[in-house]
This record gives sequence, structure tokens and C-alpha cells, in this order.
Amino acid sequence: MNGAGSRAAPSLDVRTGALAGLARYRVWIAAVVLLALLPHVPGLANDFGRSLLSQMGIAAVFALSYNLLLGQTGLLSFGHAVYFGLGAYAAIHLMRAINGGLPIPMAFVPLAGAAGGLLVGIVFGAVSTRRAGVVFALISLGIGELVFAAMRMLQGFSGGEEGITANRGGGPHWLGVNFASQLDVYYLIAFWTLVSAALLYYFIGTPVGRLCNAVRDNPERAEFVGYSAQRVRFTAFAVAATFAGLAGGLHAVNYEIVAAEAVGAARSGSVLLMVYIGGVSNFVGAILGAITITWLQVSLSDYTAAWQLYLGLFFMAIVLYAPGGLAGLIMMHVPLARTAAFASLLRAYAVAVVPLLVALFGAALLLEINYRLSTQPQAGTRMTLLHVDIDAATPWPWLVAALALIVGIFAARRACRTVAAAWRDASAEAAAARAYP
Amino acid sequence: MLELVTFSLLNGVVYGLLLFMLSSGLTLIWSMMGVLNFAHASMFMLGAYFSYQLGRYIGFWPALVIAPLVVGAIGAAIERYGLRYVHRQGHVGEILFTFGLAYLIAELVIMIWGRNPIENRVPATIDFSLFSLFGTSYPFYKGLMMAISLGMFAFLYLAFKRTRVGLVIQAALSHPQMVSALGHDVPKVFVLVFAIGCALAAMAGVIGGFALLTEPNMAAALGPIVFVVVVVGGLGSIPGALIASMLIGIIQTFAVALDYSLLDFLRQFGVTVLRGSPFYEICSIKIAQAAPLLPYLLLVLMLILRPRGLMGTRES
Repeated sequence: MNGAGSRAAPSLDVRTGALAGLARYRVWIAAVVLLALLPHVPGLANDFGRSLLSQMGIAAVFALSYNLLLGQTGLLSFGHAVYFGLGAYAAIHLMRAINGGLPIPMAFVPLAGAAGGLLVGIVFGAVSTRRAGVVFALISLGIGELVFAAMRMLQGFSGGEEGITANRGGGPHWLGVNFASQLDVYYLIAFWTLVSAALLYYFIGTPVGRLCNAVRDNPERAEFVGYSAQRVRFTAFAVAATFAGLAGGLHAVNYEIVAAEAVGAARSGSVLLMVYIGGVSNFVGAILGAITITWLQVSLSDYTAAWQLYLGLFFMAIVLYAPGGLAGLIMMHVPLARTAAFASLLRAYAVAVVPLLVALFGAALLLEINYRLSTQPQAGTRMTLLHVDIDAATPWPWLVAALALIVGIFAARRACRTVAAAWRDASAEAAAARAYP
Repeated sequence: MLELVTFSLLNGVVYGLLLFMLSSGLTLIWSMMGVLNFAHASMFMLGAYFSYQLGRYIGFWPALVIAPLVVGAIGAAIERYGLRYVHRQGHVGEILFTFGLAYLIAELVIMIWGRNPIENRVPATIDFSLFSLFGTSYPFYKGLMMAISLGMFAFLYLAFKRTRVGLVIQAALSHPQMVSALGHDVPKVFVLVFAIGCALAAMAGVIGGFALLTEPNMAAALGPIVFVVVVVGGLGSIPGALIASMLIGIIQTFAVALDYSLLDFLRQFGVTVLRGSPFYEICSIKIAQAAPLLPYLLLVLMLILRPRGLMGTRES
């Protein structure tokens, strides 16, 4: 409504016109301010925090590129890390050349990653985008395994499992920035993250981006209107590979090492997890997923050795109960937020959270004890979980865990009924508000 | 030379038959239900672990029967309480469900049996020499593996081509409403197909677990190869899966035995690649080193050139 209003009545003086122009970009301006301030927020203003933020930025670019593929074009790839990893290799080889005396500033190294990703994307995209669906998924899987095996073989190019290293301190120092501190690297990554996010966002709005959606939803119809579905898929694939390569270039600058695992199946799987958990075909969802998963990978692994198990369970819960991902869950609540029944829905959530936490506690206790016993049998049956000393040889921890799990599930099922009733009320009210505004 | 060829051929056939056992269940599930089951190799792994655990209490032969039945029951439960609900979200939802399942099963196996490989030795009851060739004795369990694999082929081929149940299952995929209207319980047919597929994979795991290292990574290592077999053989074709698995088994075992590189090949024509040139590394790779790469090369080429596979009748 705002946009329509401002177009109907052209602004009278320059000042409000400029302000209206700025207002259009308010999300992007907010993002710039946020990214500039984040590394100085207490708690993140240290090397660990800045490194975490850098990893999130890299993951966000990678996830956004995958979102273009899976979310916008409907191409499920099991080998997207190929373009990330080969981009990273292109970047690290450029960094080595710079270390050898090539006068290029390090800030441009990620572009080498993007170029590498684009090049490989054009080659593999030409052969794999002729078909969509399961055939495409299988080709991507095959190419992923093929490139991973090749990288382990070509020791001179890839360094194999050990990888190859370079130093990001070399080259001409622009504005005195030598990338010695994690803060410098963070700002470089934040800059490229913003640029890629903006480019990918506006790409979706272009005619090609719209055609990607058309090809995803109904390829026959798109063909009938006169567009080659294969060419559209190829374009989307090449663009996605470019940004995956850019993310790989950022990875090379951030870690100063690239190894064969950068193209591996585990990385391809994790980007799929990020995008799906965040929300397929939702632009913000991909970023949300990248931030969530990176945070889980970094922080959860400090607390428990079984973090991958929890990540897997989280993924399965999303696939089964919330196919729209985290962003989908949020979007479901947006129309309800204005209804009067929303307060009672929130109250029902607050009540339901308690038994769910109890059940989760029981399940986590069982998993943790089992995991510890089987992965570290030499450590014995005594362990410390949540600052409490436990002996798994006695029945008590098992009984507590089982009791918490059973009581929690039982109570949660009852609470779910209240939530469902509150949900029905709120959505009925929202539907009525839509029908009779 | 004859000895090398004979043993490579024999090992290739054994490896190929092992691959066939694994992929027959997958091609069954895929062609009947349209589900690309990423957790199929995980069922193979569960078979290996269960038979190891059961074998310690009840011996090898009962474990050979019971472990696949247990895994089949697990497969039925997965279809009934998981896959059926994801089915509404379409193929991507199904693929992601089985993808997550494979991830979870590997983690659960770590939780129960630990991260390190277990000592899954060939039991004494089947560890004796079958015959001896060129002074090397050939173990009985490899013969057993071949026999079970061929038995599986015969069972699947006859069950689907010659029995009424097989016809109903085949019809249930293409015309579920019609089959349902004729009085058959289509959801139950799907549960049955998924359970049989999983049980076949588990039986392969019981017998194949000895030949490979039984560890939590085995599913992730084998999974992609099984897809290669199914794609190359042709979707839903049991004879195609047999041919493709033999082909891949034999190619891989022969490639491992070949100690030549492109460098040697070029030298025969008087071409030498200088050590400093950028092509030196690629040319110096031996065929034996490139062996793990060959199946995936075959997969990609097959999907590009002939997506329906060797014996397939339709694209996926």
C-alpha cells in the first residue's frame, strides 16, 4: 500500500523523495548497520565470536546459492559442495600466487572463487540440467562422488586429505588492511555476504528468476509458452554455482587452508540441511537455516559428542512436521498475530513447552548416557552431565530419564490438544478477518 | 597371468553378486513405490550389526534368518509410521526423509556399538575351504554368498513375474485407485514391498558384513555405489541390476590389478609428458588409483547418454 501511495503522488520536495528512496531499502540499510555492529556486541567482540560470525556469513552465502537451486528452481542437488570446494581451490591457488608476488589485493580473492565456481558450474551444469527431478539428483550425487574421488587422487592440485595452505597476509595492503585480525576477515566476509544476498535477492525478481519458479512449478507449461526449461535450469545452476564458489573463496580466506573434504558429500549434505531446516523457497529461511546450523555445529559440539544425532533428529522433525522449515513456521503465525485469540495461543504454547522440555530432557539423558558408554567405554560408567555426577552402573539415572521421557510425552500429548484448539480459534478468526475486512 | 585373470574374475563376480544383493531391494522399492531410498545401505549395515550381535548368542545360521526379519519389521514400521506421511509432500520430501534416516541410523549405530569397527569375523561354521585353485584355497563363505545372491535373483524374478502377489504389487504402483477398487489393500502392499526390500538389504549385510569392514561409515561408503548399480541396470529391472552389479564388480577388481597410467600409454607412441607440465599429474595416475572413480564415471555417463539404463523400460 505504501509503495502504491508514493507512486500515485510524486514527492514534492527533494528531501522527502530521498527519504522515500531510502525507505525502500530500509531492510538492506538495517542489514548493513547490523553487520557492522555485530562484531562489537558484547559476547561476540572476541576472536571466537567474530570467527563464528564469519562462519555464519560463509554458510549464508552457500545456503542462499543452494536456495536458488532447490527453493527457486526445484533442483535437488546432492553435490553442491563441488562448486563450493572447487571455488575454494581456485581462491587458495590465487592466494598462493599472491604470496608468490602477484600484485592483487586479498579482498578480491573471493572473486576467483566465484569465477572457479562459474567455470565448473558451466561444465557440469551443461550435462546435468537436461533433466530435473530424481535424474538430476542422481547426476549431482555422481558428480559429487566423482570430484571427491578425483580431489583425493590429484595430490598436487588439492593436497588430498591434508589440504593446501596459503597466507592471507600477502599482496598489496589496501587502506592498510592486512587481514591479520579476525575482525578484518569478518568485514570482508560481511561485505561479500551482503553483496551476494542483494544480487541473489534481485535475481529472483528478474524475468529469469521468475522463469526459474515457472520451471519449478510446471516445466511443460513453461516450455509451451516458449521458454526452454533446460536453458532456464542451466542459467540458475550456473548462477548458484558462482555464488557457491564465492562462498568457497571466503572459506579459503577465512581458514587459509582447503582440503578434499571441501568438495565432500558431508558438506553437500549440510547445506541441504541448512536450507531445508531454514525453509525451502524462502529467502530469509536460507539465511536463518545457515545461522542456526552453524551455531549448532559450533556450540552444540562443545557440550555433547552426540550433537550430530540431535541435528539429525531436528532435521527429521522438520521434514515430518514442518515441511516449510523455520521460516514457514514463522510465516504461519504472521496472519494470526493480529487476532484476539493469539494471546490464548501463546498461553497454550507456554503451557505445552514445559512437558516438551521434560520429555526432551529424558530423551537427551538416555542418549547421552548411551553415547558415552559406547564411544568411550574406557572412561567407565561415571560421568558428569549438566554438572551432576552420574554413575550409569546404578539404575537411578536410567529410571529418572525413562520417567521424564514417559511423563513428558504423556503430558505433551494432552497439552497439544489445548494448542490445537487455540490454533483453530485463532485461524478461524484470521480467516473471518480476511473474508470481511 | 591366467592366475591373475581367474582370481580377478572370481573376486569381481563375488563383489558384483554382493552389490546385486544390496541393489535388488533398492530397485524393488524404487520401481514399485517411486521412493529413492537413501537409507537402503543403512539397512545393509543394520543387517551386519544385528547378525554380529545375534550370532554371538544363537549362532550364524539362525542369525542369517532372524536378522533380515528384524530389519524387515523395522522397514515396515518406517513405511507405516514415517514414509506414508511424508508421501504427501512429494518426492523431495520422501528423499529427504530417507536421507535424514540414513544419517540417524549411522548415529544410532555409533550410540550402540561405538565408533570403531567391530570384530565381525567369519564364523567357524562357514569358514572352511571350498576348493583350491592355483594352490590358493577358496573359502566356503564366498560360495555361500554367491548361492544366496543367485537365490535372491531367482526369488525376485519368479515372485514378480509369475505370482499373483507380484502382479498386484506391480499394478499398485501405476494404478493405485484401480487396484484399491478391486479390493486390494494398497497401503499394505507398500508396507510389504518396503519391508521385503529392507530385509533383502539386511540379508546382504549378514553375509557381506564379513567381506567388508563392519563400521558405522559402511552405509555412507556403499550407498552411492548401490545407486550406480540401480541406475546403470535400469529402473526396476532385476536382470538389469544383476548385469550392472557384475559389470561394476568386475571393472573395479580388474582396475585395481592394472598398474598402468596414461603416461605409459603415451610412451608407446613416443610421447613423453614433462615432469613440470600441468598435465603430468593427471597423466601419471595409475588405473589402479582411479578404480574408486570408475563407477561414478559410469553413472554420470549413463544418466547423460541413456537415462533409462541398460535394461530399463522407462525413465524414473
